Amino acid sequence: MKYLKDVTTLALDRERCTGCGECVAVCPHGVLSVSERKAVILDRDSCMECGACRRNCPTGAVHVQPGVGCAYAIFKGMLSGTAPDCGCGSKTGSCC
Amino acid sequence: MAKTVDARLTFQDRLGGWRVRWGIGRYSYLVEPGMYAIGKPSDRDVVLVTANYKLTFDSLRKELNGINAWILVLDTRGINVWCAAGKGTFGTDELVKRLQSAGVDKVVTHRTLIVPQLGAPGVSGFEVFRRTGFRVVFGPVRAGDLPRFLERGVKADQEMRIVTFSFLERLAVIPVELVMSLKYFAVFSAIALVLGVLVGASRFQEALSLSLSVLGAFFTGIVLVPALLPWIPFRSFALKGWTLGLFWAVAAGYLWRAGPWRFCGNLLLLPALSAFLSLNFTGASTFTSQTGVNREIKLFAKPMGVAAALGLLLTLVGAV
Repeated sequence: MKYLKDVTTLALDRERCTGCGECVAVCPHGVLSVSERKAVILDRDSCMECGACRRNCPTGAVHVQPGVGCAYAIFKGMLSGTAPDCGCGSKTGSCC
Repeated sequence: MAKTVDARLTFQDRLGGWRVRWGIGRYSYLVEPGMYAIGKPSDRDVVLVTANYKLTFDSLRKELNGINAWILVLDTRGINVWCAAGKGTFGTDELVKRLQSAGVDKVVTHRTLIVPQLGAPGVSGFEVFRRTGFRVVFGPVRAGDLPRFLERGVKADQEMRIVTFSFLERLAVIPVELVMSLKYFAVFSAIALVLGVLVGASRFQEALSLSLSVLGAFFTGIVLVPALLPWIPFRSFALKGWTLGLFWAVAAGYLWRAGPWRFCGNLLLLPALSAFLSLNFTGASTFTSQTGVNREIKLFAKPMGVAAALGLLLTLVGAV
């Protein structure tokens, strides 16, 4: 199953990449791979912007705007004028 | 001191898991954060990190039959690993803090932690190493793959790394979505029925059939779309809901022999409702991105609102 085409904010900085492969290991959708000692994007449209690759890149070579792909959280954020938030883990509110 | 837990789930554990799947008390289904022992672990056995949602904790330990391991439970306020990692509560800071407060460096002699892969949005492996000297190894996505992962010498294969969203996995998340949405249906239905009674007995029939039509639209968006997800055309969740909703709108029109106003009202109102509820299911899915959902909202929020309002208006016109 794939979501919308050409939406992800994922981008790689080849200069900074050392080819360690941490981003490949943490990606839950097989988006990335290492080829010739550099990370490459194999399957762009499968990226869900969870941010695991960015968080675990030791050289800051992966850029992505991490976020929740949850309409409820986005609506809730719009209504309360804050960032998208599903309310999970707070005392009140429901959850995604 | 680490508490000892068993790999076997009791009847009560299973009942508790079933309850929270239906949305009952799911924010207070907790285990105490800290160190646990499963089997008879020595100071050389693995440390598995997890969240303090009891459903999460139970689905981990039930896979560890015959395995000696330590389990380090982080305080994620009762939220599962993936959602908590997205919020940062299953994160580097909490892991570092919990390592220290639980005295993990005194319990084991090695310096390796196995963190579920879905914790990676919150846990930075290199930062944990820099701050504590513990090396983070990201384990498989599913706890069920842990025994194989350990046998292979803490190495995941490609399949262990990939998140799925199978038919059964989709069915498992439907009940809580149902329970959360049905209260909105109840309010709508109550208003329709009270209005129907106020206008007259014959109108009550109409209000009842309208309520049932709307209930069908809810069912379409919350149950049918998730269940049939990969087989419905379009990648957009809203469009998937709209598509199935149209079929239901036509069926409901024939089922209750709707007049022309009501029939057109159905065509506008019911698919818009299904579309909205399907769009909400993005939050329970495992592959939608925020930029993507934002785009759907930008494209479809207004058309959904306008169609629903217009549909309701036509239905009312047909009723008077």
